[in-house]
Amino acid sequence: MSTNNDWEAVIGLEVHVQLATKAKIFSGASTQYGAEPNRQACAVDLGFPGVLPVLNREVVTMAIRLGLGINAQIAPRSIFARKNYFYPDLPKGYQITQFELPIVQQGHLPIVMDDGRELSIGITRAHLEEDAGKSLHEAFHQMTGIDLNRAGVPLLEIVSEPELRSSAEAVAYLKTLHALVCYLEICDGNLQEGSFRCDANVSVRKKGDPKLGTRTETKNVNSFRFVERAIDYEIARQIQVLESGGKIIQETRLYDAEKNETRSMRSKENANDYRYFPDPDLLPLEVSPEWIAEVAKDLPELPWQKRQRFEKEYALSAYDANVLSSQKTLGHYFEETVKASQASAKLCANWVMGDLLAALNKNNLALDNSPISAKSLGELLTQIANETISGKIAKTVFELMWTSKTSAKEIIDREGLVQNNDTGALEKIIDSILSDNPKQLAEYREGKDRLFGYFVGEVMKQTRGKANPNQVNTILKEKLSAE
Amino acid sequence: MPYKTLTDLKNALEQKSISSRELMTQALTRIETLNPKLNAFISVNAEMAFKAADKADQLRAQKNHAELPPLLGLPIAHKDLFCTDGIKTSCGSKMLDNFIAPYDATVVRKCAEAGLISLGKTNMDEFAMGSSTENSYYGPTRNPWNTDYVPGGSSGGSAAAVAAGLVPVSTGSDTGGSIRQPAALCGITGLKPSYGRISRYGMVAFASSLDQGGPFARSAEDIAWLMNAMAGFDPRDSTSLDVPVPDYTADLEKSIQGLRIGLPKEYFNHSLAPSMQKIIDEALKTLEKLGAQLVEISLPHSDLAISSYYVIAPAECSSNLSRYDGVRFGYRCENPQDLNDLYSRSRGEGFGAEVKRRILIGTYVLSAGYYDAYYLQAQKVRHLIKDDFDQAFRKVDVIAAPSTPTPAFKIGEKAADPVTMYQCDIYTLALNLAGLPGLSMPVGFIEGLPVGLQLMGNYLEESRILNMAHQYQKNTDWHLQHPKDL
Amino acid sequence: MSSIDVKNIAYLARIAMPPQELADTEQKLQQIFALIDHLQAQDTRNIEPMAHPLALAQRSLPDVVTESDQRDKFQALAPATELGCYLVPIVIE
Repeated sequence: MSTNNDWEAVIGLEVHVQLATKAKIFSGASTQYGAEPNRQACAVDLGFPGVLPVLNREVVTMAIRLGLGINAQIAPRSIFARKNYFYPDLPKGYQITQFELPIVQQGHLPIVMDDGRELSIGITRAHLEEDAGKSLHEAFHQMTGIDLNRAGVPLLEIVSEPELRSSAEAVAYLKTLHALVCYLEICDGNLQEGSFRCDANVSVRKKGDPKLGTRTETKNVNSFRFVERAIDYEIARQIQVLESGGKIIQETRLYDAEKNETRSMRSKENANDYRYFPDPDLLPLEVSPEWIAEVAKDLPELPWQKRQRFEKEYALSAYDANVLSSQKTLGHYFEETVKASQASAKLCANWVMGDLLAALNKNNLALDNSPISAKSLGELLTQIANETISGKIAKTVFELMWTSKTSAKEIIDREGLVQNNDTGALEKIIDSILSDNPKQLAEYREGKDRLFGYFVGEVMKQTRGKANPNQVNTILKEKLSAE
Repeated sequence: MPYKTLTDLKNALEQKSISSRELMTQALTRIETLNPKLNAFISVNAEMAFKAADKADQLRAQKNHAELPPLLGLPIAHKDLFCTDGIKTSCGSKMLDNFIAPYDATVVRKCAEAGLISLGKTNMDEFAMGSSTENSYYGPTRNPWNTDYVPGGSSGGSAAAVAAGLVPVSTGSDTGGSIRQPAALCGITGLKPSYGRISRYGMVAFASSLDQGGPFARSAEDIAWLMNAMAGFDPRDSTSLDVPVPDYTADLEKSIQGLRIGLPKEYFNHSLAPSMQKIIDEALKTLEKLGAQLVEISLPHSDLAISSYYVIAPAECSSNLSRYDGVRFGYRCENPQDLNDLYSRSRGEGFGAEVKRRILIGTYVLSAGYYDAYYLQAQKVRHLIKDDFDQAFRKVDVIAAPSTPTPAFKIGEKAADPVTMYQCDIYTLALNLAGLPGLSMPVGFIEGLPVGLQLMGNYLEESRILNMAHQYQKNTDWHLQHPKDL
Repeated sequence: MSSIDVKNIAYLARIAMPPQELADTEQKLQQIFALIDHLQAQDTRNIEPMAHPLALAQRSLPDVVTESDQRDKFQALAPATELGCYLVPIVIE
């Protein structure tokens, strides 16, 4: 009887990145999300007779940016082909895409796992293509409505090598790629609106088997969490099928988030013959070394470069550095906080990743809309660093800053939250607590160490939290050990 | 008046011996009388034409002619595959019988900017697929020289309209000979320009890498005027050439003394009837007398042009015509049961037999397992054919050949046999594969039916072939002949 | 070419054909492919396929929105629309 440990998953990902251009890839219609149906579909997008595609230059620039970001080869010459099939969201009856000669070839994406393990995942290719429209099933009686606003929105399809071995690696790859395209400002990264979509190719094989198993392609996984679940489900399903003597069918499967399962898409099973051939309306795309050099000039710091810098410059753990570099804005916020504060970078990191992100999450806010600016948070953390307030009081101050949008200093002054650093007064309070609690004192001295916390709590209660915790610790220890 | 050249009518307008409105009235009256017999037009737009003519007359009254658009107030007709804003563009198909494009083709716009006034849209083989204009949803067009005969195709309506003196000039498109072949069969002059010279924007596509719009006229000089209007860069067409457009009338009067004319031996073989050969030889002799040198050349892969063409053109057509699916415009079948039924019946009922055949050929040659043997092989042969021309044009300035193997044939004669029909274009296809310019002009008659000579030029050398054709026409009167008993 | 599956090709091309038309088409396609098959005799080793008569590179335009909403004009040509959408028989995924 074999167990799951005998099996190895082989995962490759295909990510469709919507490029953040103003106009479409082959027409001058707007790409803005959320317009009324078909208000942003021009004659070219609708596949009207006689109209022709002309390439949007920015789309190429963005593909070059990605290519440079993953250290790939940028093809000096690439070809637009037609992929022919009939579907209502595909107005021309073919999709313009790159088939045999894609613009980006053979790159690498460095990823880091939560345990600090670093991997370099191969990227086979990234090619330019046009997006399809959308089929709307609600609101029409026994009919399907077709909205072609999305038809012709530029896509960069990024295809990984089948080098991922677990759903965790797949998610780490996706998060890094997501960070990358956002850093490069070639995609708005909005998963809900479909700007970053993932299909997962999954197969399993016995460990040590050099041959790949039959793979399935799971579509429609539109969040990192779902990718993880869909892949886990698919791995388990395939192992179960194989262990019970079955065979995996090469097919397209759809992930159903509600039921947390993947199921076969029978409607797509009719053997498709896409009849790819070079699009005769478009000529070969040539990218000169000058064009690449020009794009390379304003390439920003990349996520993993930032991660490494954070580790070195701020002495952060790999994990912290990875989280803080996962979003360009988060890394920026963190660095601004450090700059505005006398607190240690580690303390800043803890607060940004902890209290700040939690509060944003709870209120469903983006970092850009945080009521507490990096500068304000920095000032708050300075108050901890110079022992004006304790970390615990700081949490109260943080909450008040969040709702009132006033500065830390103002709140501390107004609420009288300044930490009491007067040793004499503290000693008096501690003395009285010890004499008021003879039973606990005796028990402590008999070895019940955990009562130390009880006394700290009593001190904090009486000082309304304003006692300097370090001082409390020192004095208490001293008095408790003195017979 | 009906058989006057564009240049004559232009002079008459400039001398104010006739008004644009009078020209329109005469042309429209003639169309009204003769179109029922010829079926050259699918739609006629009298009201719009008169309006434009009045505007042109007004403008001419106000300004001197140096400031006016060069072809102001002159009539033209467009092949019904050039999209015209607000006027039906059917492509000769039931599929587009109800299609009114919301935009103008660049060719239509440029002609209007040059001052030309469109009288209507001309009949054609459905989606430009055919050599006889019999494959039209609107019935066949008839040859003005003998109405039992075909005018050629696919631009048969445009050619017949000029030959019958309904309009002095018209537009056509040429994917495998669809301008040169009907020009030859109707006894007029027609030019297929170099690929990329004239914008394809708004011209309904048949085979994108072969399609090229171009003019029909009564003389090479008129063609030059039309080329001045139609040619030029268009940012909306990725395959439009961004190079300056010469004045095509500038070189017309140059001597052709010393120009070398290549005669490809593969075009003058057994498939050419002796009666045709004789007429072509006489035309060549005339050119020789005008100073040209005749040189025998070889285009060794000529016999493969037809095979290569009937892979590449259908392949592109099968994909280009996928957009006609009954969803956004055009014909939609009654009561579709499901999505496939909607597609299959709309297309099955909306397309004619020849179009369907070509879609199927194209689908087949691109499908898995056949792509290399057919499509890729055809593209390689295309390269060989192009190389043949490149070689030849190192030795000669112009290549001359018959435009067609025979004069016009009877309506119905070849309709049932596609392969025989395809043979009509054996002398014209290769030029489309190579993307080069070619002109056909009338050089004689066989039993009252016109015969055309084809002059092929190197890339962008339209001026040179127009020069040669004009010099020929100055010394002959074949182009001035017109049907007598219409 | 004798094995040409016209029915399957017609399905791929989404063209409905009654049996008689199918048979007639098959016969004509056989004739046409007899013509096309002359291609196979040509030696094309080391010959680059030529997809296009222009040996030029693709041009590009700046990223500017130039089109405005013309939905009403476009949809006036459509066989069936509702709520701004094109209607087709229900699509099952």
